[in-house]
Amino acid sequence: MGLTRRDFLKNSIAASAAVTVGMPVAKQAEAAVKATEAGWQWDKGVCRFCGTGCGIMIATKDGKIVATKGDPNAPVNRGLNCVKGYFNGKIMYGKDRLTQPLLRMTNGKFDKKGQFVPVTWDKAMDVMVEKFLEAYKAKGPHGVGMFGSGQQTVPEGYVSVKLWKAGFRSNNIDPNARHCMASAVAGFMQTFGIDEPAGNYDDIEYTDTAVLWGANMAEMHPILWSRITNRRLTHKDMVVVNLSTYGNMSSDIADIEIIFRPSGDLAIQNYIAREIVKRNAVNWDYVNKHAVFATGPTDIGYGFRPAKADQFASAREMEVVKNEQVHVTDKYEAIAQRRKAGEAVKQANTLGAKPAADWAISFDDFKAALEPYDADFVTSVAKGNAEESDADFKAKLLKLADLYCDPKRKVVSYWTMGFNQHQRGTWANEQAYMNHLLLGKQAMPGNGAFSLTGQPSACGTAREVGVFSHRLPADMLVNVAKHREHAEEIWKLPAKTLNPTIGSHFTKLMRDLEDGSVKWAIVQVNNPWQNTANLNHWIHAARDMDNFIVCCDAYPTVSAKVSDLVLPAAMIFEKWGFYGNAERRTQAWRQQVPPPGEAKGDLWILLEMAKRIKIKDVWGEQNVPGLKEAGFTDGKLPSVLDEAQKMGYSPEASLYEVLFATPANKKDFRWPDKAVAKGHANHISETLKDGWFPEKAMFEEYRKFGLGHGHDLAPFDVYYRDDVHGLRWPVVQKEGKWTETPWRFNDQYDPYAKKGAGIDFYGNNGKSLIMGSLDAVGDGSKKVDISGKAKIYFRPYVSPVEQPDKEFDLWLCTGRVLEHWHSGSMTRRVPELYRAFPDAVCWINTKDAEKRGLKRNDLVWVESRRGKVRVRIETGGRNRVPTGLVYVPWFDESVLINKVTLDSTCPISKQTDYKKCSVKVYKA
Amino acid sequence: MSDSSITRRDFMVKTAQGAALAATGGLLWAYLLRQEAKAQPYALRPPGALAEKDFNAACIKCGQCVNACPPDILKLAPAGGDLPIGTPYFTPRSGACIMCPDIPCLKACPTGALAPELTDINQARMGLAVIDIENCLSWKGLRCEICYRDCPIRGKAIWLETDPRGLSKHAMFRPIVNSDACTGCGICERSCPTEVAAIRILPRELVQGKMGEHYRIGWKDTGKITEDFKPAASAPEAPKAPDGKAPGVDYLNQGGL
Repeated sequence: MGLTRRDFLKNSIAASAAVTVGMPVAKQAEAAVKATEAGWQWDKGVCRFCGTGCGIMIATKDGKIVATKGDPNAPVNRGLNCVKGYFNGKIMYGKDRLTQPLLRMTNGKFDKKGQFVPVTWDKAMDVMVEKFLEAYKAKGPHGVGMFGSGQQTVPEGYVSVKLWKAGFRSNNIDPNARHCMASAVAGFMQTFGIDEPAGNYDDIEYTDTAVLWGANMAEMHPILWSRITNRRLTHKDMVVVNLSTYGNMSSDIADIEIIFRPSGDLAIQNYIAREIVKRNAVNWDYVNKHAVFATGPTDIGYGFRPAKADQFASAREMEVVKNEQVHVTDKYEAIAQRRKAGEAVKQANTLGAKPAADWAISFDDFKAALEPYDADFVTSVAKGNAEESDADFKAKLLKLADLYCDPKRKVVSYWTMGFNQHQRGTWANEQAYMNHLLLGKQAMPGNGAFSLTGQPSACGTAREVGVFSHRLPADMLVNVAKHREHAEEIWKLPAKTLNPTIGSHFTKLMRDLEDGSVKWAIVQVNNPWQNTANLNHWIHAARDMDNFIVCCDAYPTVSAKVSDLVLPAAMIFEKWGFYGNAERRTQAWRQQVPPPGEAKGDLWILLEMAKRIKIKDVWGEQNVPGLKEAGFTDGKLPSVLDEAQKMGYSPEASLYEVLFATPANKKDFRWPDKAVAKGHANHISETLKDGWFPEKAMFEEYRKFGLGHGHDLAPFDVYYRDDVHGLRWPVVQKEGKWTETPWRFNDQYDPYAKKGAGIDFYGNNGKSLIMGSLDAVGDGSKKVDISGKAKIYFRPYVSPVEQPDKEFDLWLCTGRVLEHWHSGSMTRRVPELYRAFPDAVCWINTKDAEKRGLKRNDLVWVESRRGKVRVRIETGGRNRVPTGLVYVPWFDESVLINKVTLDSTCPISKQTDYKKCSVKVYKA
Repeated sequence: MSDSSITRRDFMVKTAQGAALAATGGLLWAYLLRQEAKAQPYALRPPGALAEKDFNAACIKCGQCVNACPPDILKLAPAGGDLPIGTPYFTPRSGACIMCPDIPCLKACPTGALAPELTDINQARMGLAVIDIENCLSWKGLRCEICYRDCPIRGKAIWLETDPRGLSKHAMFRPIVNSDACTGCGICERSCPTEVAAIRILPRELVQGKMGEHYRIGWKDTGKITEDFKPAASAPEAPKAPDGKAPGVDYLNQGGL
């Protein structure tokens, strides 16, 4: 293959001849293209950006990516890309790509206040590990932490989890997916007992109705949106509804746009449920067979520091944070929660796992709870555009209920950050299932509540591998003894190696750095100092305190800037990897080009770190508070060194030898692996130099966690076959073929659903709920078996903890724009994307601007109780914000809008609410 | 805007003026200008600029509009270039008009070369956006539409036509320029992500055709253009024909055939 030099010359001559004889330009261009493509090697890959998971093809020549294209055979995108995807190759070639480790030093020695100076990898690793062991010895396993990512590859996520949980015996590892998908996870786990959607993207081509609840798919899932639009254009019954707190591009295709007041979505969903019940539209056959009614406590706080918050929050912040202890019921909550306005409610269920407690209720209780949510009440609490009349809003609500209730109409509800980044994010997710389950429109083609993912591998890595502070692979939990024992068996660990206490979630890790309980942290594929709410606190914790922060990145980000050590990371196509998208599709790619300079894959960085830490450093007795509940001696995680010795692990052995490059892995997974590599290199194997293939070894080990209980993946090599464009798990062998599962819990498609059951929510098999009343769990005398069933939760409306007032008189909502990916560290380095949307702007309603004497393009301050940023205002363009609300995207590091946002989280999922806080806007 | 940048810009303007004078000499100025104007009609002028010929006659090359431009995109044409020396122009790819609501460049014009009658920046007609549909990513089916999203009067000057792609179950989102509303600000050309912009601003007279007046379209397009496109509340009154005559009567009464 490939053209010879002579062919190339011939083509060039043909091309230049064409010019002189005046041939049509297209012919000339064709010849020129042929000449240019000589020697290109094409291979499959996955788009680097969103959770859609478009397949792409990558062309390389002489160690450089020379072109990309949408993969015409990829079922998700059929050759198309969005404009970010169009620049997949170019993100790797920014001028300021990091190529050397950089350490803050003065006179050749590490100095917190020093300047960054290039150092060797050895020096970088030595200082990193020295500081790590210092913190570990002083504070124990939970004195160190890792910020992981929904953009780590599957093997990277797996190695991080294994190194942290098995190696360091620390659960202080949490991904940026906490900011993105945690509420979806909690919603799935609570409702179905197993994570991730039942349906898939093909639902679009089967459905009659797409309802968007806080998902601006037109910009955030561009290629899926073109599928929804195509359905809208080609299927006459198709109706699209866009529910949002501001008008956005998805409204352009929508038949109905409903602008709601922040948190009004909780009330609207209950209105729909009430209509379903009132109209006798409940699918009783489905509900009786496949569901139970449930609820849980409401006094669960707002996810602030549970205690001693005033030591860190300013007096202004405490005006809001004090609600974590006691919340005064407002007039809407009084109706929604059957309380009295002005009643002070102690938030008793804020600590530990209590906010997630739940119990079964009767249908009568469920029905009674919905009663207050009539159209009048819901309009009063949820109408988001002051200029719309109550009657118009009510008419839209009615139409929405009509669509859901119509038994002949298939409905898919979509959501992303609007539900997930929500002070009651878990509840909002559960409410979506509530309505689909009541109607029997769940887990079948064209019918279902579908949680879209933001990141390319939030599902594949963060969730499936379990890169969370409470998780182990395949939906297992660190605080369940049986799960730990299973993991210890697969990982060949001494019993009781794993730490049974839940570690710190993302925001808590930041709080830990601020209060001194965590002293050392590493960041991979993530920009925590741009993406975490209430940034001023965390910048102070990183720069002014005696903490050691390591940031691995390809570019100098804000997080790199506040770090002490910056390690140059390889980017996506410079390493082998897997991503898993929102429809459970696992996709693989090979290393296409070598990383620049001394940059190395994140996997290599973790493995090199593991080489420098001996098991005697970490497997002795460790100080971990709060172990009593797990049946350990309180405060003491036992030494497992003796047991380890019996298993043949010397105390002097490194974690690299014990956990990763084991004799078996070195024997069974050799590098080079010609059959799968097909001439592609692997800089990680080649730099480690001990002849094994870590990505393959780790993937095959990880697979063991999922086999046999509905999380099955195909073997490593299968994903690399040319005819495989990702596979949707569970993937099982049928007649010798690896077969994917398009719809889960449905016996026609899912091998794990009991044959003949129709629908089987097997995630809850073997579980039961205690029967209780609306307001309290019962005494335990009556239990309900929920095997094969999902839960229909009643969840009440709760007002946002911070709302506009006299001084901070506007809502602030943050989000993304199509052109930029997350914190912009990659896309802002593509000149074309930068030019297309150079700086963040603050969208404001013209009336709000005029009221403040402002006009388009004026520089303003956007200020909250927590901080302020300077930004230009925009009164036109793609977003149409109602009066009373401003919208600022967060991609721009010169407009660090997260200095302004509120670090309130859903108390169950611990995911931050970036969609609502209050601010003032005034001329800068 | 900081003081230093004003100083710098003042300096640049003076330099350009100086160069113009040095190159031409005061007396030759008008003559040369006419020649250059004839040779080169291609120029994108600030908002409110008179028709090119009148503009060149009225503009005294004072540079006040250039000084007043907040994003600093207006330039004075240098000697020896394609444009009449010393006249203001802009190049959208490197610097597009940001459509300041108060139109400071126009306010600064002392001669009316930038006509003070223009009070609403949305009514400016600096040029017209033209799409090269063969090289436009969106016309190929990619989800780009940057021009549409970045358009300051999105939905009016640029709107999206959606069609099924045919090749797969995806829709196409094709940007279309509405010449009635496009101001020619050039933000679309600046933002276009293709290597050479696939949407460009050209002087209207170079782009727009004209149908024969002997024919009228026999149907009305009642389809809505976009969600946020709102037609005027009431239809404007038909303009009164001059001196009360019925339209067309002059033609009919004309002699000849």
